[in-house]
Amino acid sequence: MTKDIVLEARKLVKQVSSPEGPLTIVDDVDFQVTAGESVAIVGASGAGKSTLLALLAGLDTPTRGSVLLAGEDLTHLDEDGRARLRAARVGFVFQSFHLVPALTALENVMLPLELAGRSDARPVALAALERVGLKGRTGHYPRQLSGGEQQRVAIARAFVTEPAVLFADEPTGNLDTVTGARIADLLFDLNARSHTTLVLVTHDRTLAARCARMWVMEAGRVVPG
Amino acid sequence: MLQRALQLGLRMLGREWRSGELGVLLLALTVAVGALTGVGFLVNRISQSVALQANEVLAADLRLEASSAPDERYAREAERRSLRTARTTSVLSVVFSGDQNQLANLRAVSDAYPLRGSIGVSSTVFGTAQLRATGPKPGEVWPDSKLLAALGIKVGDMVSVGARSFRVSQVLISRPDQGGGFGELAPSLLMNLADLPSTQLLQPGSRASHALLFAGEREAIAEFKPWLDRERERGERLRDVREASPQIQSAIDRAGRFLSLASLVAVLLCAIAVAMSARRYVKRHLDSVALLKTLGASSNFTLTVSLVQLLLIALAAALLGSAFGYLVQTWLVQALQGLLRADLPPPDLVPLALGFLTAVSLLAGFALPPLLQLSRVPAIRVLRRDMGPPPPAVWLAFGPAVAAVTFLVYWVVRDWTFFLIFVAGLSLFIVVLAGAGALLVKFAAALRGTVGVSWRYGVANLSRRRAESIVQIVAFGLGIMILLLLAVVRNDLLTDWRKSLPADLPNFFFINIPPDQREQFFDYLDTEGAKTARALPMIRARLTALNGQPIETMEFVDPRGEGYSRRDQNITWQAELGDDNRIVAGRWWSEADHGKPLVSISDEYQQGLGLKIGDRMTFDVAGETIEAEVSSVRQIKWDSFQPNFFVVFPPDLLDDLAGTWMTSAYFKPGDGGVIAELVRRFPSVSVFDLDDLLTQVRSVIDKAVFAVQSVFVFTLFAGLTVLLAAVQATRDERRYESAMLRTLGASRATVTRGILAEFTALGLLSGLLAATGASIAGYVLAHQVLQVPYAFDLAIWVVGLLGGATLVAVSGWLATRSVLRQPPASSLRGAAP
Repeated sequence: MTKDIVLEARKLVKQVSSPEGPLTIVDDVDFQVTAGESVAIVGASGAGKSTLLALLAGLDTPTRGSVLLAGEDLTHLDEDGRARLRAARVGFVFQSFHLVPALTALENVMLPLELAGRSDARPVALAALERVGLKGRTGHYPRQLSGGEQQRVAIARAFVTEPAVLFADEPTGNLDTVTGARIADLLFDLNARSHTTLVLVTHDRTLAARCARMWVMEAGRVVPG
Repeated sequence: MLQRALQLGLRMLGREWRSGELGVLLLALTVAVGALTGVGFLVNRISQSVALQANEVLAADLRLEASSAPDERYAREAERRSLRTARTTSVLSVVFSGDQNQLANLRAVSDAYPLRGSIGVSSTVFGTAQLRATGPKPGEVWPDSKLLAALGIKVGDMVSVGARSFRVSQVLISRPDQGGGFGELAPSLLMNLADLPSTQLLQPGSRASHALLFAGEREAIAEFKPWLDRERERGERLRDVREASPQIQSAIDRAGRFLSLASLVAVLLCAIAVAMSARRYVKRHLDSVALLKTLGASSNFTLTVSLVQLLLIALAAALLGSAFGYLVQTWLVQALQGLLRADLPPPDLVPLALGFLTAVSLLAGFALPPLLQLSRVPAIRVLRRDMGPPPPAVWLAFGPAVAAVTFLVYWVVRDWTFFLIFVAGLSLFIVVLAGAGALLVKFAAALRGTVGVSWRYGVANLSRRRAESIVQIVAFGLGIMILLLLAVVRNDLLTDWRKSLPADLPNFFFINIPPDQREQFFDYLDTEGAKTARALPMIRARLTALNGQPIETMEFVDPRGEGYSRRDQNITWQAELGDDNRIVAGRWWSEADHGKPLVSISDEYQQGLGLKIGDRMTFDVAGETIEAEVSSVRQIKWDSFQPNFFVVFPPDLLDDLAGTWMTSAYFKPGDGGVIAELVRRFPSVSVFDLDDLLTQVRSVIDKAVFAVQSVFVFTLFAGLTVLLAAVQATRDERRYESAMLRTLGASRATVTRGILAEFTALGLLSGLLAATGASIAGYVLAHQVLQVPYAFDLAIWVVGLLGGATLVAVSGWLATRSVLRQPPASSLRGAAP
């Protein structure tokens, strides 16, 4: 098998200082993710899942070790360099949606395209909203949308730039079971259709089971589940 | 990159505007700029008007005085610059009528005279003045009441002046440039300059004084003055309004200082509003900026986007605010027209520049640091809400704000002493406020167990949002203090003006009252019902040496010094210090000092001659040489209209020298006959009619009062905006919290009471600190800057405490009311903390 590796963690360590001395949140993590794969990282609250996700996406810097994202070593890039790489290759879906409250659904989806300087932001974003079933809600502000609808907008925004890797942090965590299941369907469906690599962080084993691979995170360490 | 940031910044701004996000920030800035430019426009119009009026005492904007006729080229140059000119020539001569004669000051004026102000004439002696724009026509003369009374003639009679006869066509009551001094003891007569040669009075060597008068647009005069100053010959003296009338200048100075102060207050209130609004803007955008970074925007990009947005807001606020300021100011002037005795000239555009400069420097000082912070928020905040931007370096957080305020304060006051007092006082007050705020928060935390649920919630909020509460106490406290201070100072100033210009203020001065006629003279005034002021002895003296060095060998940098050292001086002696005099150096004499060779001088005199306490001054007083030591320097309130002297000696030193007496008195209008009779009965007494000068001063003060009142309205506006901005700053958090509490089962009334409790506590403490600050600052300002007596006022404590609590609680309740009306779910969903 000579599949491309799009994401690789090498001896990744993250320590923070605490009143009781240094605290290791991510402890010597090693793994590889190949293009088009879907991987779930599960674990209890406080196991270090979100910190690992932040390190993998270049939102935070490791204490030791390195992360290779789309062939680039994140530890060799400065903050702006990492931001550029994210703009080109990475998409995000968050537990709390993170839509800009002052922007409409359409404008929220247009945002990453505009940041990349695309002149066709509007039609592309409209098409993305149509794909997530929100064609009729493009002019609504986040506060006028339900939780499920907000997350759909967030998913449209994540896929609209056709990223190489999509990071999802508890994407159904703020939603009821039925809505959560629908959102999960949408996420996996879009992922399959656009051949995006999916890295999903969740404590929900059912959701994790839908991924091709699953790792379990315990006290900072990662073991295959 | 820049273009993309600009585009996105603009687009985001448009979107945020539609969503109603920017309304409050724009409103706060607009009202602040509006208040500032409104004050600016008003001050501009009033000071223009006051300057024009002040120039009336020169009958021009600028005067060149000389003992020989000034060169024609000055007038040619002035006309080339579109300035108007007029000429006057004065000469002492005897005026005859039948077998009566009287020495008089003949003042021949050209047709254009006076360039500023008007001439008051009447058909009877000491009659009520009617105003004329020009002087007498050729062939006619206008003698003053004293001259007519001395000659025993009336309007229509003939008088001889030199080789010519003239018909008396009017009685001269006042001319704009007669001044308030006593330089001219002789009665005067106004005639046309064209008639002067035919009188043959002007012979080579005759002692005449000439003046060339100029008037025109302010800018043209400002450009012409340095030219004239360069070109003029030695011995030709340039005069502008500053030295012309100490009475008017004193009133203008104090009004000017108050208005500067008021502008400053508006600037500061504006700064607080901007700082609070910028804080809120930054807080609301932390998540958006973190998200932008997560989506791939660089720090510079997000900073540029924020800068573009803020700059556009500033621009919009500056434009809207200036328009608003202009409109409100126009409306105020119209609404209060009745208060003014004259129309105001239209404002020039200087305040607009002030508005823009203020908006930009305040934003740069108060909004830039939080914006820089905003661009440093880490992207990881999208995963971990507790991650904020790293704390800023202290110089970055406060440096630009301090620089902006310092710059604006200095720019407005342009007086180092005042500036330093102001900045030091303000810094001290902010530190005290912050310290007291911290104490209150601590105290409130201890109080939690002892109060009901609403208060517990409200008070707990205070201590939980510790930093936020301290910032709010500083903002509220500063805002309330500034308003209280302005109210205090305004009251003191208005009271002092009303006191210094009562309706029965002396309007006639009498000098040269012979000692042997003194009692009869005062008896006469008494029986005629005139209200007299203090009587002082008076004698002419000439300064001959300073510290032993003959005065002729000395040169003075200050032109006033030159004048004081060459002129004869009226001096007096006095045991008590008048209440319109204030000792600024040394001390006033006690009874033990009477008879000692001491001298007290006015501060103008001290500055002009460069004197200090202990210097020895030698005077020639009626042929006798007196050497005295400077023992005190007095600041004189010339607008008290009481007899005052530059040079005062203690009693028992000069009493034996033959001197005369002077006094001032109030006569009702229409008492002209009494004065005419007085002139006949006491021919050696010189009479000065000050009614005209008083009218001028009253009118200046009217305008100052008007300015003070309307500027106060503006600053109130600005103060309310600050309150609004400060309350708005925590509105989002409150929205979330109240939703939480109501979800947990608290009734709306409980939450409302909690919010009211929190704001009331904030308001009470801010009010208490503000009243303390305002009392202290009011005292310092009244004494050091405005020179008015300070009246301790319990009311400001009551107003500060009650007003502060009520205002803050009501505006807090108003601003959070909409929050309480929404169902909790929409608050929880729409805006997380």
